[in-house]
Amino acid sequence: MTSVAIADLSLSFGPVEVLKSLNLEVEEGEFVVLLGPSGCGKSTLLNCIAGLLDVTAGQIFIDGKNVTWEEPKDRGIGMVFQSYALYPQMSVEKNLSFGLRVAGLPKNEIKKRVDRAAEILQIEPLLKRKPGALSGGQRQRVAIGRALVRDVNVFLFDEPLSNLDAKLRTDLRVELKRLHQRLGNTMIYVTHDQIEALTLADRIAIMKDGLIQQLDSPSEIYNNPYNRFVAGFIGSPGMNFLHGTLTSEAGQWVFNSSGLRVPLSDYGFTNTPQEGQAVELGLRPEHIIVGDASAAQPVTMQVDTELVEPMGADTVLWTNVAGHALTIRTDSESIVKTGDKLNIGFNTSRASLFSENGERV
Amino acid sequence: MSNSQANLQAESTVATGRKRRHPLLRNMSAKIAAIPMILVTLVGFVGCSVWSIVYSFTSSKSLPREKFVGFDQYERLFDSSRWQISVENVAVYGVCSLVFSLGVGFLLAVAMDQKIRFENTFRTIFLYPFALSFIVTGLVWQWLLNGDFGVAQVIRDIGFTSFEFNILSDRDYSIYAVVIAGLWQGTGFVMALMLAGLRGIDQDIWKAARVDGIPAWRTYLFIVIPMMKPVFITTLVIIAAGIVKVFDLVVALTDGGPGVSSELPAKYVYDWMFGRGNLGQALAASTVMLSTVLIILIPWAYLEYSQKKDATHG
Amino acid sequence: MADTLAKRAVSEPHGPKPKRIISTRNIILYGFLIVAALYWLLPLYVMIVTSLKGLPEIRMGNVFSPPMEVTFAPWVKAWDSACTGLYCEGLKVGFWNSVKILIPSVVISIVIASVNGYALSFWRFKGSEIFFTILLFGAFIPYQVMLYPLVIILRELHLFSSLGGVVLIHTIFGMPILTLLFRNYFASVPEELFKAARVDGAGFWRIFLQIMLPMSLPIFVVAIILQVTGIWNDFLFGIIYAGTHNFPMTVQLNNIVNSTQGVKEYNVNMAATLLTGLLPLIVYFVSGKLFVRGIAAGAVKG
Repeated sequence: MTSVAIADLSLSFGPVEVLKSLNLEVEEGEFVVLLGPSGCGKSTLLNCIAGLLDVTAGQIFIDGKNVTWEEPKDRGIGMVFQSYALYPQMSVEKNLSFGLRVAGLPKNEIKKRVDRAAEILQIEPLLKRKPGALSGGQRQRVAIGRALVRDVNVFLFDEPLSNLDAKLRTDLRVELKRLHQRLGNTMIYVTHDQIEALTLADRIAIMKDGLIQQLDSPSEIYNNPYNRFVAGFIGSPGMNFLHGTLTSEAGQWVFNSSGLRVPLSDYGFTNTPQEGQAVELGLRPEHIIVGDASAAQPVTMQVDTELVEPMGADTVLWTNVAGHALTIRTDSESIVKTGDKLNIGFNTSRASLFSENGERV
Repeated sequence: MSNSQANLQAESTVATGRKRRHPLLRNMSAKIAAIPMILVTLVGFVGCSVWSIVYSFTSSKSLPREKFVGFDQYERLFDSSRWQISVENVAVYGVCSLVFSLGVGFLLAVAMDQKIRFENTFRTIFLYPFALSFIVTGLVWQWLLNGDFGVAQVIRDIGFTSFEFNILSDRDYSIYAVVIAGLWQGTGFVMALMLAGLRGIDQDIWKAARVDGIPAWRTYLFIVIPMMKPVFITTLVIIAAGIVKVFDLVVALTDGGPGVSSELPAKYVYDWMFGRGNLGQALAASTVMLSTVLIILIPWAYLEYSQKKDATHG
Repeated sequence: MADTLAKRAVSEPHGPKPKRIISTRNIILYGFLIVAALYWLLPLYVMIVTSLKGLPEIRMGNVFSPPMEVTFAPWVKAWDSACTGLYCEGLKVGFWNSVKILIPSVVISIVIASVNGYALSFWRFKGSEIFFTILLFGAFIPYQVMLYPLVIILRELHLFSSLGGVVLIHTIFGMPILTLLFRNYFASVPEELFKAARVDGAGFWRIFLQIMLPMSLPIFVVAIILQVTGIWNDFLFGIIYAGTHNFPMTVQLNNIVNSTQGVKEYNVNMAATLLTGLLPLIVYFVSGKLFVRGIAAGAVKG
């Protein structure tokens, strides 16, 4: 059953269109991540779903009910903010129960819910403390707890890990995933961090300029990006892009660029290629094989190593082949030095081709 | 450079082979530049205050005299009915000021915080009295509160022909005229401070309260106001410090009258110091005023400085 | 799924929430604000209206009614020939006195305070913070406790009852708040800028004049606004230290209104009041947001 559905949702601030006729359906229990660069509209979309922003056009459905005109408290949602927004003068316990007290719930019901949330999030020893006396990670848990006690089906997260340092972020990311597995609620999560998106999401909605570029599972987005933007956004270091043209040779398509010739026999075309079409060939740095094993690959060539970046587990090589820059990721077992001539190879089945307007070919 | 300093320099040169500046000579330019501040602080503020306190224990009349009379001046002061009236009045003025300017100022700030149109216009209107001299304020309210021609006449014209409003010639209530004028001048300022405080509240708190289903009035009452405690305290201290200083307003509005019914401490001091030539009395009164302010200031300053981290560089 | 979605689309709630402009909330809110605004504007309106009426009209009519016959005679009289005690030369004397007091006071107090604030912010030395704290206290304590000793000091310097004397007084009393203003402003300047300049070999004055000054124009404007308003509106220091020939406008205004014997000319009084309040009001209306910044800065501590 659909948990959250958005139909033709648009939002404009005066003449500026921030969200453009968006459509999105989130299944029950799904973890959907809204991912994109700053200003793409992901937080705005989340705020619309929450009811904190009024839409200009379109509808929002939560659990089958049309909530487009409902107040946030009546939408069956709980929300966690980037700055946690805990009420600073109240203890953790009061923070969790304030909304319930205002709603007029009986005392034993309130206590039941608070205790349950505290047990799930392991914040029982913190109940009497004030937010100022908590660490960042503890505050985040209390913020989640505040949403938990509302007994709702849908949780909304607005960049909750962005304020934390790297180590804490990693730890809490895992905790969030465990929480989702335990609770099974629908979760909609906004972030600009692709690692968070890839690790947490069942499906990712990549957004740019108020439009959803692709809505797919992490592996699909990684392996089959719809367009140039998605391809370039996911992956670190980013995908290599080589400009060239497509030509047909003896019934087979070939990618040509000054000094480079890549036969595309293994490549799966989604659209019909045109003779002489200007395209970009996309290759992920981690899909390029280096050294002896490269000989077994369908396409091979030799590159000049310009720069070596050892990163511990991997090494990133900045190379050049016939005037084209190529980033390669390889394991740190092989010792490569600047100036080395390297044998590399790859399989075009893992590559991507994009036409001039950015669409996948 | 004094001998000892020269020696010290010579020694440090010998010891390290490189010229090391004596601590006193470091940052010389900064110290020279700060001389005015040091002078003003020591001689001006501290020195003068101490002088006044010391001489309040003398029997100085039109000119300072070195005849010490212990607490005589203070006894006379507390016995004087005029002083007692001043103290009563400043208390009335103070309480009314604090209650109304904080109350109305806060309500105005809340109203202004609601994303209204014409916000700038409203703010300009509430704040312009602050740009006026107290003399101007006092004189215009003297005219408005005039029993014969002012607002009273307007009310009589409407139909309440027997309406009397002679607050300026009423011994019991003349101080309230000063209160009215003072509130008109200062409430806009309190509003501006409160509004700045409200705007400083994290917007996410509002969002969280909305998601939690907490109505706006409860959010203000239980979440926002407690968060604004520092702003309230600062505003309170500023208002309180200003209350003791009220002088221009009462001179212009009522000149302490009728009689001495709207007398205030600042005017008491001025009259004895420059008018009736009793320096001792005036200084005793000033010292009492100073102590009152210090009693408010010192605990607050202690709180502020022990909590705040240093804001400057280096 | 998408089809069912599309079918539901137009019939049920969609688009922005309908908002009623005439809601109870809006009535109360705007009602409150408008009533308050009217109350605040009333005195200004009365001042203007009274100053444009002839005396007979004032006696007959009421304070709120607009003039039936507009006359500028009260303004002319207030400026030129109103009696301020012994002389009857109008407010123009006071106006120019105020100007003569204002300009040196503003310039000197700001120059000294800006250098002070700069020194305190970047060049802290032993004891500087203590001095500053005492200075700040000076902003709060009642002036009365320093009035007489200052008279003595000025007399020794042969500055009592003179322009120079009152300028000195204004400088002294302006220092706490202005120094605080500048110190806080410079504290928000990144220290790296300062360090880079020192690495380049610049000293105290050079850094101040060539780096800090050019980038602190806004705060200088705020300081000027603060001082112009404060000094122009001052009464106490003017009446004690300036001397009868140098009385500022505020003192003369009070004399015109409160010490006239005989017939009270309310229209002249109001015209005189308006004239005195005109300068700071103009500064206020022109500077808008900066004015608010100024008083907020003067009010918010450390």
